[in-house]
Amino acid sequence: MTDSKYFTTTKKGEIFELKAELNSDKKEKKKEAVKKVIASMTVGKDVSALFPDVVNCMQTDNLELKKLVYLYLMNYAKSQPDMAIMAVNTFVKDCEDPNPLIRALAVRTMGCIRVDKITEYLCEPLRKCLKDEDPYVRKTAAVCVAKLHDINAQLVEDQGFLDTLKDLISDSNPMVVANAVAALSEIAESHPNSNLLDLNPQSINKLLTALNECTEWGQIFILDCLANYTPRDDRESQSICERVTPRLSHANSAVVLSAVKVLMKFMEMLPKDLDYYGTLLKKLAPPLVTLLSAEPELQYVALRNINLIVQKRPEILKHEMKVFFVKYNDPIYVKLEKLDIMIRLASQANIAQVLAELKEYATEVDVDFVRKAVRAIGRCAIKVEQSAERCVSTLLDLIQTKVNYVVQEAIVVIKDIFRKYPNKYESVIATLCENLDSLDEPEARAAMIWIVGEYAERIDNADELLESFLEGFHDESTQVQLQLLTAIVKLFLKKPTETQELVQQVLSLATQDSDNPDLRDRGYIYWRLLSTDPVAAKEVVLAEKPLISEETDLIEPTLLEELICHIGTLASVYHKPPSAFVEGSRGVMHKRLPLGGDIGGSPAMGAGFGAAPAVMPASLNAPVGGGLGDLFDLGGGVGMPMGAYIPPKTVWLPAMKAKGLEISGTFARRAGVIQMELVLTNKAMSVMTDFAIQFNRNSFGLAPAGPLQVLTPLGPNQTIEVSLPLSTVGPVMKMDPLNNLQVAVKNNIDVFYFSCQYPISMLFVEDGKMERQVFLATWKDIPNDNESQFQIQDCHLNSEAASNKLQGSNIFTIAKRTVEGQDMLYMSIKLSNGIWVLAELKVQAGNPNYTISLKCRAPEVSQCVFQCYEAVLKN
Amino acid sequence: MIGGLFIYNHKGEVLISRVYRDDIGRNAVDAFRVNVIHARQQVRSPVTNIARTSFFHVKRSNIWLAVVTKQNVNAAMVFEFLYKMCDVMASYFGKISEENIKNNFVLIYELLDEILDFGYPQNSETGSLKTFITQQGIKGQTKEEQSQITSQVTGQIGWRREGIKYRRNELFLDVLESVNLLMSPQGQVLSAHVSGRVVMKSYLSGMPECKFGMNDKIIIDKAGKGGVTNEAGKSTSGKQSIAIDDCTFNQCVRLSKFDSERSISFIPPDGEYELMRYRTTKDIILPFRVIPLVREVGRTKLEVKVVIKSNFKPSLLAQKIEVRIPTPLNTSGVQVICMKGKAKYKASENAIVWKIKRMAGMKESQISAEIELLPTNDKKKWARPPISMNFEVPFAPSGLKVRYLKVFESKLNYSDHDVIKWVRYIGRSGIYETRC
Repeated sequence: MTDSKYFTTTKKGEIFELKAELNSDKKEKKKEAVKKVIASMTVGKDVSALFPDVVNCMQTDNLELKKLVYLYLMNYAKSQPDMAIMAVNTFVKDCEDPNPLIRALAVRTMGCIRVDKITEYLCEPLRKCLKDEDPYVRKTAAVCVAKLHDINAQLVEDQGFLDTLKDLISDSNPMVVANAVAALSEIAESHPNSNLLDLNPQSINKLLTALNECTEWGQIFILDCLANYTPRDDRESQSICERVTPRLSHANSAVVLSAVKVLMKFMEMLPKDLDYYGTLLKKLAPPLVTLLSAEPELQYVALRNINLIVQKRPEILKHEMKVFFVKYNDPIYVKLEKLDIMIRLASQANIAQVLAELKEYATEVDVDFVRKAVRAIGRCAIKVEQSAERCVSTLLDLIQTKVNYVVQEAIVVIKDIFRKYPNKYESVIATLCENLDSLDEPEARAAMIWIVGEYAERIDNADELLESFLEGFHDESTQVQLQLLTAIVKLFLKKPTETQELVQQVLSLATQDSDNPDLRDRGYIYWRLLSTDPVAAKEVVLAEKPLISEETDLIEPTLLEELICHIGTLASVYHKPPSAFVEGSRGVMHKRLPLGGDIGGSPAMGAGFGAAPAVMPASLNAPVGGGLGDLFDLGGGVGMPMGAYIPPKTVWLPAMKAKGLEISGTFARRAGVIQMELVLTNKAMSVMTDFAIQFNRNSFGLAPAGPLQVLTPLGPNQTIEVSLPLSTVGPVMKMDPLNNLQVAVKNNIDVFYFSCQYPISMLFVEDGKMERQVFLATWKDIPNDNESQFQIQDCHLNSEAASNKLQGSNIFTIAKRTVEGQDMLYMSIKLSNGIWVLAELKVQAGNPNYTISLKCRAPEVSQCVFQCYEAVLKN
Repeated sequence: MIGGLFIYNHKGEVLISRVYRDDIGRNAVDAFRVNVIHARQQVRSPVTNIARTSFFHVKRSNIWLAVVTKQNVNAAMVFEFLYKMCDVMASYFGKISEENIKNNFVLIYELLDEILDFGYPQNSETGSLKTFITQQGIKGQTKEEQSQITSQVTGQIGWRREGIKYRRNELFLDVLESVNLLMSPQGQVLSAHVSGRVVMKSYLSGMPECKFGMNDKIIIDKAGKGGVTNEAGKSTSGKQSIAIDDCTFNQCVRLSKFDSERSISFIPPDGEYELMRYRTTKDIILPFRVIPLVREVGRTKLEVKVVIKSNFKPSLLAQKIEVRIPTPLNTSGVQVICMKGKAKYKASENAIVWKIKRMAGMKESQISAEIELLPTNDKKKWARPPISMNFEVPFAPSGLKVRYLKVFESKLNYSDHDVIKWVRYIGRSGIYETRC
């Protein structure tokens, strides 16, 4: 007798018939009927009408039938809450059953029924089951607490279930411990600050003991929970690592990956010179390689994770290039991921092998894979300089195959190679030009046009080539149109005599016949440039380009750190933080790697110390652009006093000295724009008009970014407030003091001169947050002679408030360390002219005097910077 | 955690649907069908995100198993769970097919209820599951039996029940290796590794404590400490040892003991299971070498000559040898001459398949073929897939040797000597390819 027949009943009147069968006296018939109901439910038919009849079958000693009824209840109880109550009695009775399997079944099912009235009845049985003598019941009850919390969190707290759950962490049975850990971790996720999982050395020890004894799944729960713990010091960190490493030999890949996560995280705390650190690094490689012999889906998960690990700690797998070679039968998703990792691991030592492989791949069938392989060859050229020549010749070979998409992809990467190594491989241009006609993708067309424009002087028929594109100008994509416009202008600047007509043509196409504002604007700019100042045009259009960087696709370091904390999970597969794909409060909390352990050296910080979580660079979410000062303040988030410090206005030019014109003012930085805020008062008898302003050369090249906007004449005894945006691209001359600014203001009466001092914090730019590693390296790099120390007295802020306040003025706290009650804040500042200032601020609780050390390659600015600190902190 | 699990047939009809979490609606079932099963393109990833809901899937023959979640679950765990679920189902009712799933849907629901609780994987050992999830219904268990079940399910040794008795204590050890190779046309080894498994069938009474030993270089070197160890890996005892890159163990093996002493000790599950997996990359014995020669004669003809050489003791015999030589898509006709075995051109597979039943060590054999091609105007060159090979040899290509498997059962009256032990070595080809 088979059960598949239940799937085939589709006739009319079925529900009616089922009803009759469910109420049958014969046990067998009843069971058959319930099976039919479940089958209909599975395929998506609505059988909720049978609710009372099914529930009637619940009172049975046949466990199989009971389970089926429970399954039905879990599905439909929510739609029939009143009816569901009928089941409560049976549940409560079952929770007292002498058979532990039935007790567990009852409590497990009750937790899945999301009906308030049932939930109320659940509390008492659950309380008993949590203390049941049978471990099977206890482990089921532990998960049930998480279920109940999902339905009614308040109830769980009121009933004290959380404490009972915490007690279960010390249970004698490893599976109970594992489930309790899983339940607590889940509950803790929705209460980020509850400290529910109060992890301390004692509880960690219990978890580590249970780790050796519980099922593979339990080991995963425990390891994932351990990963949230931050050890107190490097010694504790090492001892946990030692007890976790045996898991790397587990047959279950998820256990291995979760162990890798714990190790990667805790390793941050180990001093690098420790022997154990090196041992641990060596131990990590083999299990990661072994993951690649798992089933393809797991390989995919492993590869996505290895991609992160390789970025964070390239040393682990640097000798394992070969295992990432693509196999002919790998699924495409495995192939693409392997390719990615191959490029990351490519180095001078293995480049020959890598190139040989990539060349093979470029002849494969899957178009995406082939394209990626071709692109990879280009990236190798850019990454490993010694290989560039071989890469270029490989690409040329590929172009000879004439396979359309291979050729296009090759041309796109060759453009990047030209950018990286100018004046080296231009001999291949002729070959590229031969393939001009076969290019049909915008990116490839744009790349080719760029090449023609850039090297117009070496291509005899550059004008013909570009002209050929011009015919279908309006059918091209924007990318190609923009590139064509620029290329023709370049050509014109290089060979003005022969191409005048061509440039006229393209300019009119771009400006008159196009609807695209970007294209039109670029067209007009070129047109004006060419017509007013061809020399300037040459400087602009043919300017020297910055070299392109090697690694453009690296994951941004803070995200990478967060993802390392999520190894093995979906976040590590998507390479996105959980908040990007999880709804609600879960997973919104950002995880960070722990503080580093390189004690000693100044400043005493490891390569990967954690950022103080309260300090987020405000500039990230602030709109950029003038006049948006208010928005800037809003963009910062809660609890952060935002906005730069603005000194009070002072009188710069008294009326006596300026024939009745009084000028007072101050400086402010709003949304990245420096502004001089002036108050002009007319204390004379006659009207003042025709205001203008000019600056003398100054230390940082400050200059008015526009004319002084005084639109209406200023009558006697009238006051007007003007704010003047400033740029930092004016002529530079060192002043004394450094922040001195000499200003000339003109009106219809005379020209007046005054000088004022601006707070140097006006020049602190928004992207002044230095990478931690960079900070550390820079700090060591700057000679000690350049360090200056100052005292800030009578400041009553705690370190957190201080760092928030300073952040408002673009002084960024990169890390914070507490040593013997003394907070050390490490900060970075970037001036508008690119000078970096690094600072170490020592704040001792209860001591109003701060000590600050500043390090900078241009030590002259230190004094001014210190003044800023003082001004910002005390206001 | 896991929000739900669906099983579909090849048409995308739902066979099993079990939802564990409230955030998963019925529409998730359809979302996966429409976006993955019915998708026009080939599947590009085993993980799919549709409208903030993540789907993990694996396919067994033409059955789709999909796990759905809205949370940041442990992705590796989800796939391990899916594989385990397939194993459990297979051990209950054999092949995973639409027919079998429909026939056992009640059982599957019962299993899903037990194996996953609120989306957390629980106990998935078939050995213990079969003690209390049966389709016969649980009849008249005594109280002792019940508590025995629960303590086994939750206990430290969840994989073995107490009170097993055999008249004859016997065990079988199979060392199964698959040797993988990628060789360049010039005969240079691009990559080679052996992935091996030690599979044990144990029919032992009581709760036996076992200790497994092999010629692991680290152990041998340790034992040979004080003596002279020469560089060839030969210790004073004269035994060949091998360097194991990495190994993983069944959950019955005490990992902390392996980590500290490198000894493999365990209480085995009853019946057949996989004790360990390992990987080696050094000093691999490559049982065969393939020497290809492909010559293009004009645009419409290819000449292919392939020589295979066996490279092991002449007294041993390799079996089930198969060489697969790919042919271009525009092949119109093939003429084959081979010295040994049978060779056939299979148009549907675009390959010449050359089969040899048996071949002794240190021999060589050759095939030559003329392939005629239809002229095409396809500009793209033929990709020349590698020549692949299949075979089976009666030794371990990694060089692994079982040194001992000791059995201790203090409570019952049998000793290590009374156990009958069998050891067998089988080396098979994994992906064994030579580029041409």
